[in-house]
Amino acid sequence: MVESIVLSGLAIGCIYALIGITYNVMFSASRVFSFTAGTLGMLGGVLGSLFIARMGLPVVVGFALALAGGAILGIVTEIVAVRPVLKSLDQHLYVLSTLALALIVQEFTAIEWGTDARPFPRLFDLARVNFDQQFWLPMLACVVVIVGLELLYRHTLVGHAFLAIAEDSFAARALGLPERGLRMASYALAGVIGALAGFAGGEMLLAFFGNAPMLTFYGFVPVALGGMGNNRGAVIAGLLLGLFQQAANFLVGGIFASVAVFTVFILVLLARPEGLAGASLPRRV
Amino acid sequence: METPAAQLLPSRANALGTANIVGAALPFLTLFALGVTFPLFGGGYWGVIATRACVYWVLVSGLNLVVGFAGQIAIGWVALLTLGAYTTSVLTAGNVMAPLSPYLALAISAVFGAVFGLIVGLPALRLRTFYFAITTLGFATIVTQVALAWQSVTGGGVGIAGPIFPPPFASKWGFYYFCFGLAALCTWMTANIAASRFGRALTAIRDAEVAAEASGISKPALLTVVFLFSGAVGAVAGGLFASLQSYITPDAFTLDLSVLFFIAILIGGRGSILGPLLGTILLTVLPEFAAPLVAWSTFLYAVLLLVIVLAIPGGIADILDFKNRRPLETGRAIVPRPELLPRLLGAPSDAGALTLEQVVLSFGGVQAIDGLDLEIRLGQVHGLIGPNGSGKTTTLNVISGYYAQQRGAVRLNGIALPVLARHRRAQMRIARTFQTPRIVGAASVLENVMIGGTIDGEGTFVESLLSLPRHRRDETMLRDTATLALAAVGLERLAPVRADRLQHSELRFTEIARALMLRPAFLLLDEPAAGLSADEIARLGALVLGIARAGTGVLLVEHHADLIFDICHHITVLNLGKMLAAGTPAEIRSHREVVSAYLGG
Repeated sequence: MVESIVLSGLAIGCIYALIGITYNVMFSASRVFSFTAGTLGMLGGVLGSLFIARMGLPVVVGFALALAGGAILGIVTEIVAVRPVLKSLDQHLYVLSTLALALIVQEFTAIEWGTDARPFPRLFDLARVNFDQQFWLPMLACVVVIVGLELLYRHTLVGHAFLAIAEDSFAARALGLPERGLRMASYALAGVIGALAGFAGGEMLLAFFGNAPMLTFYGFVPVALGGMGNNRGAVIAGLLLGLFQQAANFLVGGIFASVAVFTVFILVLLARPEGLAGASLPRRV
Repeated sequence: METPAAQLLPSRANALGTANIVGAALPFLTLFALGVTFPLFGGGYWGVIATRACVYWVLVSGLNLVVGFAGQIAIGWVALLTLGAYTTSVLTAGNVMAPLSPYLALAISAVFGAVFGLIVGLPALRLRTFYFAITTLGFATIVTQVALAWQSVTGGGVGIAGPIFPPPFASKWGFYYFCFGLAALCTWMTANIAASRFGRALTAIRDAEVAAEASGISKPALLTVVFLFSGAVGAVAGGLFASLQSYITPDAFTLDLSVLFFIAILIGGRGSILGPLLGTILLTVLPEFAAPLVAWSTFLYAVLLLVIVLAIPGGIADILDFKNRRPLETGRAIVPRPELLPRLLGAPSDAGALTLEQVVLSFGGVQAIDGLDLEIRLGQVHGLIGPNGSGKTTTLNVISGYYAQQRGAVRLNGIALPVLARHRRAQMRIARTFQTPRIVGAASVLENVMIGGTIDGEGTFVESLLSLPRHRRDETMLRDTATLALAAVGLERLAPVRADRLQHSELRFTEIARALMLRPAFLLLDEPAAGLSADEIARLGALVLGIARAGTGVLLVEHHADLIFDICHHITVLNLGKMLAAGTPAEIRSHREVVSAYLGG
């Protein structure tokens, strides 16, 4: 039993961590948290199921198309919901515009795809007891994303530009970096990561429109606890969240697991609003 | 009691007031008349829709204070509806204990709702926008899950019967009138709050939080009562909702409902009662016009929200705000009337002096203030000058409690001021203005100034809710004093105008008027002349001198050397956080180091 708790906990934790990274990538590029992070995860599952199970496309093609769908939603988020409100002094506007876009996509999915959870196709025919692909696929996706982001940020010019924007967008623009282009690229990248999370976790979470608000919430927990913009913090907090949730799930039952996770989340946030590894508040006067 | 404003502008002020009240009440009276007569022309299914709109509005009216006025993004308020629905149903169903009367059950669920509203809302004191939005979303999910899992009480997925109210409210139209009555009551109560010092304080927290603190408004105390009220009416709405549905399951409380409530407020416009009321009616009725729309309703709400946010952030209320679309007169001048100041400020304070003793504050390795001594005396203007980064504004921020000094003390009449207790500075009659004016743009100039006098009101939140005599007395007093303050700084003609339509210089004088509402013993002005024309600076000088003559001690942080040398009794020159020189204007003018380092020449 311990083994299955750990396996499923790590797997679901990887999905939360990936959604957390999705939040972070968008945040780094624009200082904006977007409600579409969970929607991207939901979309990865639904598009994967649509292309592979319903339309019968080869796995590789379906996978690529699902990620492309995520990238498109990422770019649309940037153009429709982020760029218009970025200059506004009213800080709350981005919360509303991204919430609106997330709801639009979610409701569209509910109507066109249906409100029932549909199965996600099995991708590989490897039979191995206890280490099913529904567990290792999210873990693999998480490792690939972490390593990929690390390589991108440390070893490529574009990655350095991303970091520059995240550090100080005014200074970066003054240096002549194409801030808008880089921001759109970041949102596309975030879209790919979010869709990958949903695709990799498709078997576990199913292709279900209701995953959007669920992932929006549970994916934000690692960000809040790990500190905003901090990917390492997000991965650690995401894995802990997954393990804690699955353990509570097995030990006391699903509903109390949710209550427990939520209570811990609120208490930690109230004790340390900037996260367990976050920076202090900006100057106010 | 003396009513200064009435003496000042007797006929016009009263005439304007009456016309405004009638104009503002007209849409509500029209809606009320329509609501009362609705059963005459809206038959059949429309009765259910109208009842539903009333039930929703009971919840939205309370949520409006949280979202529209206080600006807290609470997107999961359906949690309150769920709680109220289940509490009322369980208490009347008798599956847990002896069944109670539905009225009693409704009252008990209001109490539960108030407590739960506080629990859901209080994280807002610690968390910023997106974080708070997410936590309310979490609450909404959790409550539904508990309802599903706690089968012995809630009936789980099978559900539970809603309460049935006894005659005369048992029939369809009887129940409609019951809900309509409560909705009308909520409208009246929240409109009272909107027009009270509490409503203005909420908008100040939303749009100008530092100004709210400097005016002595305690965000925790105010948000606490607002969450209690909003939670209570939300739960009452839940009880009514359960009765209307006649049978409830957890499925009934989807996030779609939460979205409807939230979006109704934003479509209506923040800081308005009429707008969100119309928004609620619109969103409830809209999908009923065409059956195929029902499935798409949340999609449409979301599209509407996006359009509102991007195109008309002010919502319906902004579209209906005709009087603020008339052009303002151009070439208007600010003509302060310092002779009114003694009447506004009252008897001179006997607070003694405001002193800084060896104050030290560093940020990381930077010594912002390095052992500063300062004494600000009543009735004098004390100038604080120095190059950029010399610690002028930092000093002002230490005095007003935004920064905590690491060593040394700030004393008022010999008693040390508590560090970082910003909103308590107002009780000690220490007022301030800001380098960048902090104004509630959507409120009128008069309302902005009234915010400054918030702590002088005596009535409680409940008294304002019910418009009891003490509330009305407070309002008259604040309105009169604010009118006088506006006349004193020379802006009385702009009193009814939306503050975001003002020019920069007018905003500066508005801030001074707001600060004067505290009848300050000490007034801290942070670069009040920045961005003013030469004429305006001269008038500002006369105004500041008048304020000092009325007995207030003024600390003036400023770059305009002419203004400083014209009006200050005493000047302190700072450099790198240390005092470079101090003395009368004549002494400073002849101080060699100051002249070479700072004044030039």
